[in-house]
Amino acid sequence: MPLTLTEEQKMLKEAASEFLLTNSPIESFRELRDNNYQSYDPKVWEGFVEMGWTALTIPENYGGLDFGYTGLGQILEETGKTLTKSPLISSILLSATAIRLSDNETLKAKWLPELMSGKTLMSLALDEKSFFDPNSVESSASLSGDSFIINGKKRMVIDACDSDYLIVVASLDESISLFLVDSKSKGIDIKNDVFMDAGSYSSISFNNVKVPAKNQLDIEIEGKAILKSILDIGAIGLSCEMLGSVQAAFNQTMDYIKEREQFGTKIGSYQGLQHRAAHLFCEIELCKSITLKALQSIDDENENLSQYAHLAKAKLGEVLKLTSNEAIQMHGGIGVTDDVNIGFYLKRARVVQHLLGDTNYHLECIAKQKGY
Amino acid sequence: METTTKVDLGNFRLETRAWLEENCPMSAREPVKRSSDMYWGGRNAKFTSKDQKIWFEKMLEKKWIVPYWEKKYGGGGLSPEENNILTQEMARLGCRKPLFSFGIAMLGPALLKFASEEQKLNYLPEIVEGKIWWCQGYSEPSAGSDLAGLQMKAEDKGDHYLINGSKVWTSYADNADWIFCLVRTNTDVPKHNGISFILIDMSTQGVSVRPIKLISGKSPFCETFFDNVKVPKSNLVGTLNDGWTIAKYLLTHERQMIGGVGGTEIKKEISKIAIDQLGLSSGQLNDSFLRTQIAKFEMDENIFELTIQRIVDEDKSGKQAAALSSFFKYYGTELNVKREELLIQIGGNDALLWVPNENNDANVARKFCRSKGNTIEGGTSEIQLNIIAKRVLNLPS
Ligand SMILES: Cc1cc2nc3c(=O)[nH]c(=O)nc-3n(C[C@H](O)[C@H](O)[C@H](O)COP(=O)(O)OP(=O)(O)OC[C@H]3O[C@@H](n4cnc5c(N)ncnc54)[C@H](O)[C@@H]3O)c2cc1C
Repeated sequence: MPLTLTEEQKMLKEAASEFLLTNSPIESFRELRDNNYQSYDPKVWEGFVEMGWTALTIPENYGGLDFGYTGLGQILEETGKTLTKSPLISSILLSATAIRLSDNETLKAKWLPELMSGKTLMSLALDEKSFFDPNSVESSASLSGDSFIINGKKRMVIDACDSDYLIVVASLDESISLFLVDSKSKGIDIKNDVFMDAGSYSSISFNNVKVPAKNQLDIEIEGKAILKSILDIGAIGLSCEMLGSVQAAFNQTMDYIKEREQFGTKIGSYQGLQHRAAHLFCEIELCKSITLKALQSIDDENENLSQYAHLAKAKLGEVLKLTSNEAIQMHGGIGVTDDVNIGFYLKRARVVQHLLGDTNYHLECIAKQKGY
Repeated sequence: METTTKVDLGNFRLETRAWLEENCPMSAREPVKRSSDMYWGGRNAKFTSKDQKIWFEKMLEKKWIVPYWEKKYGGGGLSPEENNILTQEMARLGCRKPLFSFGIAMLGPALLKFASEEQKLNYLPEIVEGKIWWCQGYSEPSAGSDLAGLQMKAEDKGDHYLINGSKVWTSYADNADWIFCLVRTNTDVPKHNGISFILIDMSTQGVSVRPIKLISGKSPFCETFFDNVKVPKSNLVGTLNDGWTIAKYLLTHERQMIGGVGGTEIKKEISKIAIDQLGLSSGQLNDSFLRTQIAKFEMDENIFELTIQRIVDEDKSGKQAAALSSFFKYYGTELNVKREELLIQIGGNDALLWVPNENNDANVARKFCRSKGNTIEGGTSEIQLNIIAKRVLNLPS
C-alpha cells in the first residue's frame, strides 16, 4: 500500500480543518479555559457526531462507517492544530476501540451505537501510578455470584468528569481483564483535577464496586491482548494529535519570525534562527511519515503495528518537545505571556507527551522488542 | 481500468521478484564494503569479481541499468510505478547497484531536461552501457559552498571554447573519461548569470589530474587542471550563460542520491551489530547510555526510510522530491555520520585498527573517516539548511 492518503481521506482531512477553524479555532480553547476550565463545548461535539467522526472506526454492522483509523487520525491531527477539546480521545479513540476489540457481542451491539451517537461518554481507567506502567495493575476484580467486585485506585483518567461509564482495567485470576462500569455505581469516588493543559483528569477509587458479570469485555480472548491493542492504537491516535500541534506551533512561529523586526531587519533572516527552523522542518517530515505508517498499520492489521506505535509516540514526543520549546524561544518575551496562544502548545505538549507513555518509555519498548 | 492496472502491477512485481531471485548473484546482495565492490565501468573498466560481471551483464541485457529512462536512450522504459516496484524488490533482496555512476544519478537527469536530442542520443546510451565514466567538475579552490563564485574560464574562439583554470575535490577524476563542468563564460554580469555547463573529454590535451589523499587514507578525489583545453562548441549543454539553472537542477538529483533516495542496499541494523559484538547481560546491552543512543538512532533511521517512501509515493512527478532534496541530503548524511560514529563506539579496540592485519581489514576506522565527507560533499549540511530556510520555508534574507 502506498504511504499516502487516499482521495477520501484527504477530503475528510480538509473538511475537518474547515470545520474546526470555523467552529473551534484556538481562541475557543482560551474561552473554555477561562470559563472555569470547561472540558469541552457540547455544540462542537454535536458537530463531530454530525460530521460522522465518531463513527469512522465503528464497523458497519454496528451502524458505523468503517472508514478506518487513518481517517480518525486525520481528525485528531486537525484537533491538535486548534487544540480543540472534546471526548474524541477518551470516548472514541480509547473506549470505542476497547469495545470494538472485545468479544462480548451484547456489549458491542449496545454500546458502539451509543458511543457513536456522542450521547454516552466513556473513559478508560488504567493508570495507577505517576508514570505509565500498564504491566503493573493492582486494582483487582473477583467474581461473586453473577457480579464482579472491583477494588482499587486509578489515576489520570481522561475526561472522567463527563463520562457515564468507565472501562476499568483490573487484575483477575493472575491475568488482566476489562470491565464496563457505570460511573455512578455505589463505591466509586471520583476526584477531578485540572492539569497544565486545562484538561480534566480524574483520580478514582473503587471500593467494593459491584459490576454485572456480563459487563466483562474479554470473554474468550485475553484481556492482556485487548489492552495491548488499545494502547498501541491509543498511542498512535495521540501521536496524530501531536503531529497537528507540532505543525501549528511551527507554522505560527514561522509567521512570527517573518514579521518581527530587530536590528532593523526581520528576525527570520538570522541564520541562528533559520538553521533551527530548517531542522524542525526536517523533523516534522519524519513525524508525518511515522504517524501515517502507524495509522495504516492499524487498518491493514500489520504484524508490526506495535513497533510502529512505539516509534510514533517516541518520535512525536521528542519532536513536540523540541518544537514547543523552540516556538516559545523564537517568540521572545511575548512567547511566555498568556496574551498569545503559543504557550498553549507547550502546556498541552507536556501532558500529551506523558499520556500513554513518553519517549523514553516507548524507546525502552523498542529496545526490548529488538532484543537489546 | 484501475483494476487492470493494479493487476498488471501485481504481475510485474511477481515477475520482477522471480527474475531478481534467479539472476542476482548472492554476493551482489551484500552491502558494499570496499571500493572494489562497486563497478563503475568506463574506458578502462575492470570487473573485480565474476559475480560483479554477471550482475552487470544480466541487468544490462534486461535494460534495467537505468530502468526508468526511455528505451531510445538505452533505458528500460518503465513507468514510475513499475520503477518503484523494481526499486522495492531490489531493496527486498538488498541488491547492489549493477553500475555506480554519476552519469546515471547526476548528469543523466540534467541532459534529459536541458540537452539537445542529438546530445541525449549521443551521451545517454553510453552512460547506460557503462562505457563512459563521468566525473563532476563543480568545486574550485575558491568556490566551494559559494559555488557560483567559480572562475574556470571558457573563451569563445569561434569554432571551439578555450578552457583555462582548475577544479578541486573532483571525485574519481583519475579514473574518469569525461567530466561535466561549470565554467565562467561572462565576467561582466552578476555571478549566477555568467556560468555555462559544458562536457569535456578528459583525454583532451591540456587536462591533467593530481589525486588528493583523504583522512581515510584513500585518494578517490583529485585536483583537475585545464591548461588551454580546446572543447568543441557542440559540447555546451543548454543555453550559454544559463548553466546555473542546470547546475542547480543536477544538484537536486545529486542530493537525493547522497541522501539515500532510490537506495537498495540493506544496512545491517546497528542494534544487531551491537548485540553480536558486545553481547547481552540479562537481556540488555551493558552500557545503558549506548543502548539509549542506539534506540534513538534506529528510531530516526527507520522513520527516515519511511519518509523516503512516503515522499516517493506522494510524488509521481518527482517535483516534490526535488524540492525536498536538501532535506534528504541533510538528514540522510547526518544519520550516516551518526551511524559510523556508533560503529566506532561499539567496535572498541578493534574498530580503531588502521593498518589491516590477518584478522581485521581495518575497515571500520576508514569508513568512519570517509563518512565525515558525507555532510560536506554535494553541499554542506549548513548549506542545505540555508536552502530549506530560504526555498522551502520562505524565510527572509
Ligand atoms: C568526499 C567529497 C567528494 C566531493 N566530490 C566532489 C566532486 O566530485 N566534484 C565537485 O565539484 N566537488 C566535490 N566535492 C566538493 C564539495 O562540493 C565541497 O567541498 C563543498 O561544497 C564545500 O565547499 P568547501 O569545501 O569549499 O567548504 P567551504 O565552503 O569553505 O565551507 C567551510 C565551512 O563553512 C560553512 N559555510 C560556508 N558558507 C556558509 C554559509 N553561507 N552559511 C553557513 N555556513 C557556511 C560550511 O558549511 C562549512 O562548514 C566533494 C567533497 C567531498 C568532501
